[in-house]
Amino acid sequence: MATSHEPGIDSRDLDRHRPRLLRFAKLHLHDPASAEDAVQETLLAALQSAGSFTGQSSVGTWLVGILKHKVVDTIRRTSRERPLELGADEVSLEDLGALFQDDGHFLDKPADWGDPEAALTQRRFFEALERCLQDLPKNTARVFTMREVTGLECEEICKELGISSTNCWVLLYRARLRLRTCLEQRWFGAGSARRT
Amino acid sequence: MKLTCKEAARLISEGLDRNLNVAERTALHLHVGICVACERVTRQFEFLRRAARRYPGPDDGRKE
Repeated sequence: MATSHEPGIDSRDLDRHRPRLLRFAKLHLHDPASAEDAVQETLLAALQSAGSFTGQSSVGTWLVGILKHKVVDTIRRTSRERPLELGADEVSLEDLGALFQDDGHFLDKPADWGDPEAALTQRRFFEALERCLQDLPKNTARVFTMREVTGLECEEICKELGISSTNCWVLLYRARLRLRTCLEQRWFGAGSARRT
Repeated sequence: MKLTCKEAARLISEGLDRNLNVAERTALHLHVGICVACERVTRQFEFLRRAARRYPGPDDGRKE
């Protein structure tokens, strides 16, 4: 229930969040027009329900919450029209061979990240994560964001994208292994820009 | 079943997406117990999940 305190959200307030929302939407939806639509629908929904905004979280966090639902809606709609086509290079794990020695040991031993939780309060960490996501093969990034950003179960992802469970697991494995390598270089490693 | 790090890393990841069977769980447990690299990978994959759930992260810390 809304409190008597008027949170005072107007369209100008919301517009300030547009670029950030659009960036989020584009990561999930590869068609720029669909991303624009999802953001537009989010801002509209936010305006209509501004009264239910309690001020418990920041406006930005609240908007991203709405956008996540819109993104899932869009994914469900578009995937039925166009099933995902996986290239042979994305379902094989050959590219990951470069990270291991012939006997199956890691080529570079994974570093100790210490206590990584502090990174979650830093904007720049998420910018690094985003750049690492952009470096992944397209469908690998898409399945990872569906699974881990929007929190869908593999079963649902397989159904929506028309891929097998095995392929889903393979793509997620690649995503995680390459993201951890990338974040170690960009953020957690000794030579990273974290402390600059 | 004795795992290499390459096999273990894949099972660590799949364990986040499906229920591993008893043989897989046992083999993984045995490996991670003695392998610092794979113990780190386990924690890092779990951290990746927490980080992704929070994406896109704080927005300037501004509250309105």
